[in-house]
Amino acid sequence: MNLHADPAAFAEPDDGIAKGAVLLEIRNISLAFGGVKALTDISFNVRKGEIRAIIGPNGAGKTSMLNVVNGFYTPQKGSITFRGRERRAMKPHHAVGQGIARTFQNVALFKGMSTLDNIMAGRSVMMKRNILWQMIWHGPALKEEIAHREVVEEIIDFLEIQHIRHTPVGKLPYGLQKRVELGRALAMEPSLLLLDEPMAGMNLEEKEDMSRFILDVNQQRGTTIALIEHDMGVVMDLSDRVVVLDYGKIIADGAPDQVKNDQGVIDAYLGVPH
Amino acid sequence: MLYRTAGQFKTSYAEDHALFPVRQDAMLLGVILLFAFVILPLTASAFTFQALLIPVLIYALAALGLNILTGYAGQLSLGTGAFMGVGAYACYKLITIFPELNIFLAIALSGFFSAGTGVLFGLPSLRIKGFYLAIATLAAQFFLVWLFQKWGWLYNYSSSGAIQVPNIEMFGVTVTGPRASDLVQYYFVLVVVCLVTWLAINITRGRIGRMWKAVRDMDIAAELVGINLMRAKLTAFFVSSYIVGVSGALFVFMWRGAAEANLFDISLSFRVLFIAIIGGLGSILGNYLGAFLIVALPVVIGAVPAAFGIPISSSTVEHLNVMTIGALIIAFLILEPHGLARLWAIIREKLVLWPFPH
Repeated sequence: MNLHADPAAFAEPDDGIAKGAVLLEIRNISLAFGGVKALTDISFNVRKGEIRAIIGPNGAGKTSMLNVVNGFYTPQKGSITFRGRERRAMKPHHAVGQGIARTFQNVALFKGMSTLDNIMAGRSVMMKRNILWQMIWHGPALKEEIAHREVVEEIIDFLEIQHIRHTPVGKLPYGLQKRVELGRALAMEPSLLLLDEPMAGMNLEEKEDMSRFILDVNQQRGTTIALIEHDMGVVMDLSDRVVVLDYGKIIADGAPDQVKNDQGVIDAYLGVPH
Repeated sequence: MLYRTAGQFKTSYAEDHALFPVRQDAMLLGVILLFAFVILPLTASAFTFQALLIPVLIYALAALGLNILTGYAGQLSLGTGAFMGVGAYACYKLITIFPELNIFLAIALSGFFSAGTGVLFGLPSLRIKGFYLAIATLAAQFFLVWLFQKWGWLYNYSSSGAIQVPNIEMFGVTVTGPRASDLVQYYFVLVVVCLVTWLAINITRGRIGRMWKAVRDMDIAAELVGINLMRAKLTAFFVSSYIVGVSGALFVFMWRGAAEANLFDISLSFRVLFIAIIGGLGSILGNYLGAFLIVALPVVIGAVPAAFGIPISSSTVEHLNVMTIGALIIAFLILEPHGLARLWAIIREKLVLWPFPH
């Protein structure tokens, strides 16, 4: 087994979009729960190969935005174009089929399963052998299992979690759980990876590790990333472009430096005297 | 010392995916199979076959079926007894309509009737979870037992309302009915149980097993990795009810010899559920340990005082049995919710390191 993940093994996701072109286009999205307006007239885009950050104060609608993108919520208005195809209503497993993977703010792992099984579960959709082959196990089902195991082991090497391969994830510390969750999302070989606060509750060292993984995923595998994060240092260093939400509206969109000095953003974070 | 795993290296993923990656486990299984297939049949008495060996195997199979649904896929069911009944009645009808049908095939086919019923009553699981689903399966339990009583066609309109297992031969040997020998029935059950267990292990360790466990542990995340919840839940109901149905057919054809509707009532469902809980939810081995405990307990409670010359009435044995099982269930739920299978896993972990503490 190779100890160093081979960059050539990570083929760039083939989604028919050239690097730098628009991968995800969000147009005039509005989402309301009864009378509560979560998102109002949101438009922005994510270009292929970039790291796009979504920031904003608590309750600004960042997570709702991700939930719309991967099909958990259906917006009342607006459209989403992903990989050149427009859609309005969809289910999460359709989003998976199109190549969108995500991690959660509160770790959403399968607690009773081992690290290996959790990451293997990320490849469920790609495994095709039916229940009869599974029952016999030896032969095609085992062959398929091993083929996918090899890919999963690449990811395990990449994230440096070899030592917890067979540990039930419920027993792992929080930082490692976050890493396993990233591994499960990577196993789906997404063309767009949504990360909801990948560094929440981590110490400095863990944050540095996670930042390195995010950059490596972006550069080595060519995966486009949209992330929500509260640590401004991380956001400004990692991302290519930042969109800022407040009360469900976009208040700024642009390069990190430009956003950092925007008066509206400063007001939203620090508050303004009334 | 006995369980030392040092020096057993895996050089391929195929080796790591073997059923028993640790050599000692495979040897242990070999010894158990040797006992089951050779030593026990040579030494056991007719009483041991009827009171211990055959029921242990059949109950273990029923618990295995339930465990796939509840332990692996996380869908609570209280209708196991009724699904066993569906298997038994289906098998009875199959052999009355097609008397020439091989009994092995009839039992295998009867599982499909139970599986279909299971999927039908599993449909509410797409909407409801936990205790509410348990109530829905409880409805199946009462409805089906009522159906077994009222639908005369099922028991060929016999005046007693019961089904009687006829003598059936397979390859010239009588395998069911009053004329069948215990030894033949034991081997028949053993072969079926081993086969089904092997298939069940294969399903649970592959893609479908992971799918079920994912749904059990966190259904939102399961949907997120592209698992179709409806398909996952309904396949769990299908496979589980199939196994339960086969165990029900064995229950009547290979052990009881006759059955009436209330044999499959809620107390049977609970009995199987207790076996699964005491044995360990989410484990295959646990079903055997649990079944052994539950079936052997009354035999032991009845035999031990007699061996010491203390007179004990059968009703006292029954009371003691119920009390002990109740106490055991409470103890397990508090002390070791993962059951006997987890206890064995802990013992095994300690044995690997023994004699060192860490």
